[in-house]
Amino acid sequence: MNPGFPLLSLLTFLPLVGAAIILSVRGEEKVVAQNARWTALWTSIIVFLLSLALWFGFDKSSADFQFTEEVDWLPDFGIGYHMGVDGISVLFVLLSTALTPLCILASWESIGTRVREYMISFLVLETMMVGMFCALDLVLFYVFFEGVLIPMFLIIGIWGGPRRVYAAMKFFLYTLAGSVLMLLAILWLWYNAGTTDIPELFAYDVPRAVQGWLFFAFLASFAVKVPMWPVHTWLPDAHVEAPTAGSVILAGVLLKMGAYGFLRFSVPLLPFASAEYAPLIFTLSVVAVIYTSLVALAQQDMKKLIAYSSVAHMGIVTLGIFTFTPQGLSGAIFTMLAHGVVSGALFLCVGVVYDRVHSREIARYGGVAKVMPGYALLFMLFTMASIGLPGTANFVGEFLVIIAAWKVNPWVAAGGASGMILGACYMLYLYRRVVFGKLEKPDLKVLADLSPREYVVFAPLVVLTIWMGIYPSSFLSFFEASVAALLARHEAALNIAKLAGM
Amino acid sequence: MNWTLALPEILLAVSGLVILLACVIPKQDTSYGGNMAVIGALLCAAVLVMMQDEGTAFSGQYIADPFGRFMKLLCLAGAAATLLLAIDFNEREKLARFEFPVLALFATTGMMVMISANDLMSVYIGLELLSLPLYVIAAFNRDNGRSAEAGLKYFVLGALASGLLLYGTSLVYGFAGSTNFDKLAEAFAPGQSVSAGVVVGLVFVIAGLAFKASAVPFHMWTPDVYEGAPTPVTAFFAAAPKVAAIALIVRVLTGPFADLSDQWQQVLLLISAASMLLGSFAAIGQRNIKRLMAYSSIGHVGYALMGLAVDTDVGVRGVLVYMAIYLVMNIGTFAVLVSMRRQGKSVELIDDLAGLGKTHPGTAMWMAIFMFSMAGVPPLAGFFGKLYVFLAAMQAGYLWLALIGVGTSVIGGYYYLRIIKVMYFDSTEQPLDAATPGVGLVMAGSGLFNVLFILWPAPLIGAAQLAVAALVG
Repeated sequence: MNPGFPLLSLLTFLPLVGAAIILSVRGEEKVVAQNARWTALWTSIIVFLLSLALWFGFDKSSADFQFTEEVDWLPDFGIGYHMGVDGISVLFVLLSTALTPLCILASWESIGTRVREYMISFLVLETMMVGMFCALDLVLFYVFFEGVLIPMFLIIGIWGGPRRVYAAMKFFLYTLAGSVLMLLAILWLWYNAGTTDIPELFAYDVPRAVQGWLFFAFLASFAVKVPMWPVHTWLPDAHVEAPTAGSVILAGVLLKMGAYGFLRFSVPLLPFASAEYAPLIFTLSVVAVIYTSLVALAQQDMKKLIAYSSVAHMGIVTLGIFTFTPQGLSGAIFTMLAHGVVSGALFLCVGVVYDRVHSREIARYGGVAKVMPGYALLFMLFTMASIGLPGTANFVGEFLVIIAAWKVNPWVAAGGASGMILGACYMLYLYRRVVFGKLEKPDLKVLADLSPREYVVFAPLVVLTIWMGIYPSSFLSFFEASVAALLARHEAALNIAKLAGM
Repeated sequence: MNWTLALPEILLAVSGLVILLACVIPKQDTSYGGNMAVIGALLCAAVLVMMQDEGTAFSGQYIADPFGRFMKLLCLAGAAATLLLAIDFNEREKLARFEFPVLALFATTGMMVMISANDLMSVYIGLELLSLPLYVIAAFNRDNGRSAEAGLKYFVLGALASGLLLYGTSLVYGFAGSTNFDKLAEAFAPGQSVSAGVVVGLVFVIAGLAFKASAVPFHMWTPDVYEGAPTPVTAFFAAAPKVAAIALIVRVLTGPFADLSDQWQQVLLLISAASMLLGSFAAIGQRNIKRLMAYSSIGHVGYALMGLAVDTDVGVRGVLVYMAIYLVMNIGTFAVLVSMRRQGKSVELIDDLAGLGKTHPGTAMWMAIFMFSMAGVPPLAGFFGKLYVFLAAMQAGYLWLALIGVGTSVIGGYYYLRIIKVMYFDSTEQPLDAATPGVGLVMAGSGLFNVLFILWPAPLIGAAQLAVAALVG
C-alpha cells in the first residue's frame, strides 16, 4: 500500500458511510430492518478486511507511528488532523474492527425493534472507537473518546434491560464527569506546549510541579473508563442492562480505552508523576483484583459476574502498566487484547442462553450441557481462558504481568496472582451451576444447540483465544519495539532528573 | 455626515414603517405577506451589512466595524430563522397578525443599533428600541393569562433595568464628562485618575446590560417570560436579543472601559460563575421544556461570559464563537419545540416528547443532536464553543472558573440527557403531530451545522478572530 493512502481515515469514516446508507433507506419496517442488518454487516466486514492491511503492512521493528496522515484543521490553534498507529495502538484498531461485525451478527435476531437505529449506532460507535485509537492529536483524541458516549448511551438506553435508563444515565454521567477533568489537563498542555500533536508533545518536558495535577486529571478520566476500584460501579449496571452486543463492545473495546490512555498519555508525558504515584495505582489495582473477585463470587446474575471479573482483569492491566518493565507493559497490552476477545466471547455465551430463556439469573439454569453440548464446549473453553489456563490467551498476559510485579514488589505480585485463583473459583462455580447439574427445569429441556449463525460468531473468537495462547509472539512482536521505546524514554526522563538533582 | 454607514439600520426602520402601512390598508389577513416582507428586509439588511464600510458616523455615535458585522449577521440570521418558525405556529394558534413580524423587525433594528453603538446614548436608544417591541410580543397572546403576565413582568423588570442603565450612564457622564466611547477610553487611559463615581456608574451599566442578557443575578424574569410567551416569541427572545446583549456587553467593556478591567473583571467573574451554577442546578427539576430552556440559556450566557471575564483576546474570540454556536443550537431546539403539538394543540411539557424517537425519528434525531450539542459532547458544535472559552480561562489562569464550567456541564448533561431519555427510552400512547416542512428545514439546517462544524471550523473561527482584532486592536 502506498504511503499516501489514507488507510486509517478510511477505516475510521467508512462506517459512517454505511450509517448514511442505512439512514437513507425508506420503506416497510421489515424491509428496512433487513436492509439495515445487511448493510451494517457488509460495511463492518469491509472495514475489517481493510484493516487487515495494518496486520500485514505494519513494520514491527519500528517504534514510530506508521500509516500517518496529517491535515491542517485549525492551524491558528496548532491543532491538526493527525492520525497514525504504533505498536501499542495497532492491535486495538484490529480488535475494534474485528469485534464489530461479530457484534452485528450477534444482534441479528435478538434485536427486533428499531433495527435501523441500532445498526446506525453501532457503526457510529465503530467510527469513534477506531478514530480514538488512531488519533495522534489530543483534541482529536478527546473528540473520539467522548464521542463514544453518544452511541453507547443510546444502545444501553434503548435496547437494554429493565433498568436501562438508570444504567445509561449512570454510564454517561460517570464517564463525562471523569473526562471533563481530562479536558482541562488537555487544555493546560495545549497552551503550555503550544501544540496538541501527540508525537510533538512527547518531546515537551512537563514541569515537575504540575505533573501530579495533570496525572490526577488524566487519572480521573481513565480510572472511570478502565474502570478501577472504587469508580467501577457504573460497569456492572451498564453491562447487565446493555444488550449482548453492547456488553461485548463495552468489555471488548471500551474498557481498553482507559488503559490505552494510561499508555499513551500518563506514562510517556508525565514520567515523574507516573513513577511517584505507581504505588497508589498498585494499591487500587490489587484491591480491584481481590475485592471484585470476591464480589463476583456472590453474584446471582451471569452478566454481573462477568462484569466484575472484567474489573478484576483490568486491575491486572493497570498493575502491569505501572511496573514500568518490558514484561509488565507487554503483559498489560496482551491482557487487554486477550480480555477483549475472551470476555467478549463470555458475554456472547450469556447472550446465547439469554436469547432462548430470557433470564440471566444463574439459578434459572442447570444441566444445559445435556441439551446444548456444542455450547457447553465453547463456554468451557472461554471459561478456562478467563481463568488463565496455560494455552489460552489470558495466561500469557497475566503471567507476564505477575512476573513483572514480582520484580517490583512480591506482595503486589501475590495480590495480583490471587486474582487468578479467585478467578478460577468464580468462573468454575458459574460454569458448574449453569452447564452441569441435573436438567430439571422443563423449559430448559427443549433448548436448541447453537445455530450455524452462532457458530460463525464464535469461530473467530475460538481461533483467536487459542492462537494467542499457543503462539503469543505473533501478537507480542507488534508492540515489543514500541514498549521498549516507551520505557527507554521513561527511564531517560527519570535519569536526567536524577543527574540534575546531584 | 457619513450617514450611509448606517444604511442597514435605516433600511430596516424604513421598511418596518412601509410594511406596517401596507399591511394596515387591506381588509383581509396580511400576516403571511408581512412575515415574508420582514424576512426579506432582514436578508437585504444582511447583504448591506456585509457590504458595509468601516468607520464612525453621526458624530461618533455610530460605529461600523468587523465586530459589529459579525454580531449583526448573527442577529439577523437568528431573527429571520425564528420568524420562519413563527408563521405556521401563529396561524394555528390564531395569533397570525402582521404586527408580530413588524414588531420583531423593529426589535431587530434595535439590536443593530445596540451592536453599532459607540456612545452611551446610542446604547440606550438601541436598547429601548429592542425592549419596547419585546414587551409587546411577550404579551402577544393577549387572551392568555400567562402570556399577559409574561409581558407585564418583563415590562416592569425591564423598566427597572433601563433605569439602572440610565443611572449608571449619568454617573459615568457626570464623573468622566462624556458619553462617547472614544473619549471615555481616553479619560480612563492608564495614568489618568479615575474617580470612584465612574466605577459605581460602571457597575450600574453592567447590571442593566446583564439584565438583557439574563445573567445571574438579573435573570429572575427569564423563566417566567420564556414559559408564558408563545413559543415562537420565546425562540425569538432566546436567540437574537441575547446575542445583541452579549455583543453590547463585550463592546462596552472592551471599548471605553477596557482600562478599568480591574474593576469590572471581578463582577464578570462572579456573574459568569453564578450563571453557570444556577443555570445547571435550577434546570434539573423543570417539567416545562420552555422553562428548562430558560435556565439552559442562563447557563449558556454564563459560559459565554466566561470568555469575557478572563479578559483576553482569546477569551473574547471564545465569546463570539460561543454565541454563534449557541444561536444555531437554540434555533434548532426551538424549531422542535414549536412543532410540538398533539392533535393540533400546542403542548410544552418534557413528558409530551415521550416516544418521539419512535413516532417521528427524524425530529427526535435532530433534537438529540441539539441536546448532545448543548451538553457539550464532542464531536458536535457545542463542544467547540465550550472548548474555546475553557481554553481562554485556563490560559488566563482561572482554573477555578474552568472547573466550575466543566462541573456545571456535567450537571447540565443530566438534564439534556433527560430529554433524550424521554424521547427514546419512554413510550407513549398519544404521539405528537408531525413537524411542518418549513420547521423541518430549520431543524435540518441547524442540525447539520452542529454535526458538520467539526469539519470546517476555520471560517467561523477566522471571522471571529477578525472581529476581535477590530475590537481590541
